[in-house]
Amino acid sequence: MRVGVKLLLVAAAVTAAGVGIGFYVSHLTTLAGSPSYTVPVQNVSGHPVVHLEIQTVAAVGPQLSQNPDWVSYLIKDTSGQWVRKTVWNLPAHATVHVTIYNFDGASGLRNPYLARPQGMVGNRVLIDGKPVNAIDPNDASHTFAVPAFGLIVALPGVADDAKNQCGYAPCSLSHAHRTIQFTFHTTTPGHYRWQCFVPCAAGWVFGFGGPMQTIGYMDGFLNVKA
Amino acid sequence: MSAVAAPPQRPLWRRLIGFNFITALILGVAGWYVGWFGAHKIVGPSLDYFGDIDYNELSVYLAYIGGVVGFLVGLGFLNYPVKRLLGYPPSLREKEEGGWTRYFSLCTDHKVVGIQYLWGVGLFFFIGGLNAMLIRTELLTPHSQAFPAGTYLTIVGMHGTMMMGVMTSGILGPFANYFVPIMIGARRMAFPRIEALTFWLLMAAGAILTTTVFFGGFPTGWTGYAPLSTQANPGIDNYILFFALVGLSMTLLGLNMIVTVLTMRAPGLTWTRLPIFVWGVLSTAVLMVLAAPVLISTLAMAALDRTAQTTFFNPSGGGSNYLYQNLFWVFGHPEVYILALPGFAIVLELLPVFSRKPLWGYRLAVGGLLGVSLLSWFVWQHHLFVSGINGDLRPFYMLSTELISIPTGLTFLCGMMTIWRGNIRFTVPMLFCLAWFFNFLIGGLSGVFLSDVPSDVTTHGSFFSMAHFHYTIMGGLIFTFFAAIYYWVPKMTGWELNELLGKIHFWAMFVFFNSTFAPLFAVGFLGQARRAVTYPSNLQFLNDWVSVSAFLLGASMLVFLFNLVWSLAFARKPAEANPWGSRSIEFQLPSPVPVHNFDRIPVFSSDPYGYGEGTQPVAVPAGAPAGRE
Amino acid sequence: MASQPAAATRPGDSTNHGLRVVVAWLVLSAIATPLVAIYVGPLIPPGNGSVQAQGQTFSNQVMTSLVTPVLCLMVVFFGYGLIKFHLRRNEAVLDGPPLRNDSLIQVLWIVITSAMVLFLAGFGTYELLKDGAGGGQGPNPIALPAGHKTAFQVQVIGQQWQFTYRYPSFGGMESNQLVLPEHTLVAFHVTSLDVVHSFWAYELGVKADANPGVDNVAYVTTKGPMVFHVRCAELCGLWHGYMFNNGVVVNHGAFTHWATRALALYHSIKGYVNRPADKGGAPFAYSYLPEPTRRAG
Repeated sequence: MRVGVKLLLVAAAVTAAGVGIGFYVSHLTTLAGSPSYTVPVQNVSGHPVVHLEIQTVAAVGPQLSQNPDWVSYLIKDTSGQWVRKTVWNLPAHATVHVTIYNFDGASGLRNPYLARPQGMVGNRVLIDGKPVNAIDPNDASHTFAVPAFGLIVALPGVADDAKNQCGYAPCSLSHAHRTIQFTFHTTTPGHYRWQCFVPCAAGWVFGFGGPMQTIGYMDGFLNVKA
Repeated sequence: MSAVAAPPQRPLWRRLIGFNFITALILGVAGWYVGWFGAHKIVGPSLDYFGDIDYNELSVYLAYIGGVVGFLVGLGFLNYPVKRLLGYPPSLREKEEGGWTRYFSLCTDHKVVGIQYLWGVGLFFFIGGLNAMLIRTELLTPHSQAFPAGTYLTIVGMHGTMMMGVMTSGILGPFANYFVPIMIGARRMAFPRIEALTFWLLMAAGAILTTTVFFGGFPTGWTGYAPLSTQANPGIDNYILFFALVGLSMTLLGLNMIVTVLTMRAPGLTWTRLPIFVWGVLSTAVLMVLAAPVLISTLAMAALDRTAQTTFFNPSGGGSNYLYQNLFWVFGHPEVYILALPGFAIVLELLPVFSRKPLWGYRLAVGGLLGVSLLSWFVWQHHLFVSGINGDLRPFYMLSTELISIPTGLTFLCGMMTIWRGNIRFTVPMLFCLAWFFNFLIGGLSGVFLSDVPSDVTTHGSFFSMAHFHYTIMGGLIFTFFAAIYYWVPKMTGWELNELLGKIHFWAMFVFFNSTFAPLFAVGFLGQARRAVTYPSNLQFLNDWVSVSAFLLGASMLVFLFNLVWSLAFARKPAEANPWGSRSIEFQLPSPVPVHNFDRIPVFSSDPYGYGEGTQPVAVPAGAPAGRE
Repeated sequence: MASQPAAATRPGDSTNHGLRVVVAWLVLSAIATPLVAIYVGPLIPPGNGSVQAQGQTFSNQVMTSLVTPVLCLMVVFFGYGLIKFHLRRNEAVLDGPPLRNDSLIQVLWIVITSAMVLFLAGFGTYELLKDGAGGGQGPNPIALPAGHKTAFQVQVIGQQWQFTYRYPSFGGMESNQLVLPEHTLVAFHVTSLDVVHSFWAYELGVKADANPGVDNVAYVTTKGPMVFHVRCAELCGLWHGYMFNNGVVVNHGAFTHWATRALALYHSIKGYVNRPADKGGAPFAYSYLPEPTRRAG
């Protein structure tokens, strides 16, 4: 074989390897994708304020996921659509007002101490408009927790016999739901994980497989940026 | 010109039709779909559990098993059994075919299988190494993530699993397959088709593992601990299948080696004249045959837990996670000696050649190899010291783990006394062997720390343990892997490898390897946990030093690749039959070794280490051709 | 070069190289070992944060000092051997002396290495059985420090992905803060709710795996007030790397104050105290086997 042909073959092999590696690495950086959502910031007398509107659903449905029966968190974006993104970009040193609509039923807390809200302003939450210092652990459906902030909120569930329960997401407010509202502050910029602590991925060992360990469902990040 | 005619070749177009790599790929894909739809249409609908988790777990298994079966059928592995069932006489026809397409098909020439293994193992070694570079990229800073959170664990798992699975056969595959028959004076291995099967199983397994990213990856690292593995996303099924196929390949490879060495030695080759490399292969093969089936059964249990809802490893159903851990490490500890022993064998084989002295303490060296092999079965619980095992067990396993350093020390003694007062040449293979002493010493001494239970409480699960096994496995096995390559590739291919590039590769690899892993002892001592994507900020400087060294270590591998391609494809300087002046029998044959190895089966009268004893070389095959055929 | 047909060796050399190496090694070890013990010793982790951590540090120091002569031997041997015995450039490649064996060296080596190994095994066993060395010993520990019957019990629960702590002597109250009283023998009961985790309190020198359904006991005797770092040391899934927090050792007064307050807050959670486990309560137990919880909808 002539030298020129050999050089060409070697160059082709190197290019193929490079393309393969590039494809692999870029695929990995988007694997178990964490598309992020930048929350719009309002400026209230010089202080950044954001509003998060979130829903937790019992089954995320085929339009939003390849796993239609998985539980999930959804967030309402600026166009009013409910999207399945759990990585939220927030400003630093800001006030964050959170409203969570929970459409899922109760499954009980494994650690009852999670039933007492911590880490938010006033250490209490508004449940369906009423201030509450602790919920009944047996009523809990999910939690929203940011361990680095010490933020723990247990979300009470829809009663088992409630009428008009939501099937597949996105759920509308006409379906049976509970409303939980609280406020917390972000401080230094950083990358903070949040997760749900009520294992409810039924069918997996101890209920912690599937959505409970996949970003984009019941786990996510708060990217606090300056 | 060669006295042996070149094997006949069919025209290229004829070789491309029929049972070959292309057919194998086509049938493999077809088999994959058959398995997938079989699982969905036949089995799936009857299992409620799959509806709950929204995934037909069985489909991954049946699809990949179908794919592997299709792939092997396409290569032609069923041809011979079917022919024999139909009454055809026995034959070794595949070996007769010549040409480059042999390397992409089922070939029963052990030398071809050796070269196939070299390239295959090399390919997956580089894929595993790429993952290692990605790990170090992620660990450059604890404050931000280069990859999404779950992906880092997949990368860590891929690196470890790929390396452990593939490098297990890293020396036995290429070099034992090629040289053991020659060293014992035989023309072939005992089971040539099984030999080819072990190679293609490994390739299929590697392909399965690389596709785990399409199923979500796996979060367990290479150890696959239940119950994390039983609750993980479907990517873990790729891991389970990979290791099961690797286990099968290992078992068959070991079996082949043992039977070959036991039954096919040439006349005069008594046990005390056997090259030490063959002794090393034998002690490794015994471990492979006994340990790999344990792995396969453990993984089968994990697969059943995931699909058939058994509860082997689930305490709620009466099982125990300890069952997995113990079974895994009963395999896992002999596994690391499967990785280390070939390294010992290569070092002891090469040192006499480059010191021009006989192997010192031959019987002691054999005793050391067999002693390590035997004792490796009695130490596995040292991986479980703080996991809550019965306290009475810990002093025993501490003792047995400390004791295994005695036979390991015998290898050191024999190697050291072999070079003592010799005439040492610092050729590239010799440099890698000398580096082995340095690396394995550090690895072994850090193992002493880990075997002491109070010290293990400090270091278990930290980067200290990680540095220990990289020093012993990478510093031990991989360095000797390269020693073997530089020593034997000229014999296998007939082309020389460039010595200057080899020395640059060695020095870069040695310096950057130590620069990468030595600080990790400190990092582990200072409290950084393994497989963790973030760490305390005060350790960032050390981590950055390690990451940069690791990137440079990766670059040194590129020097090696360049040397390989340059020497084999462009420079093409014909290698002499015996460039190293070795008394070993493979170097009395031409480079590359002719198809039938020997014209006449040799008769052995001594071991191949008679340097300075005034005797003729071991056995001179009558009428052996000189130069290339 | 072709294989050597006959043994042409270097002229014999009567210097006793072996003696030189042994003497050099002994001298180097005699200098290096005390230096290492004195200067490197105090730097060795995990420090003196607890009695068990101190024991581990001592073990590590002894082994570092024992390892030093071994390293010295290798340095001297290879330094001397590789320089003295290598072929110079353009020197003819001749065979060396046909030395295959020496019983004295074999016996000496085996005896010395065996003695070192047996010493280490014995020393390690002694250190381990003395007070448990801070490691997890399973539900039936055998290495019991003095006073273990009245040890202060703290349960550590690992779950994906945080550690929580329950204090049975304070009504089983659960907290995600680990506070310990100073100068007390503490018995950690480490367990898990899902997969295998590992409770690693670095400065206290405690490491015990958290297994589902199993109570893994580890003893530690705290010293003075300090902050220590807890992290998970066994891969447990997605956020294994984030599973860490800090613990603190405080004096007895501060501890009682904290514990009473935490208990009061725990009591404020409706419905915890009186309900049994199958009705949603969470009474204290040494291990838990949670079922995958029911889901509605």
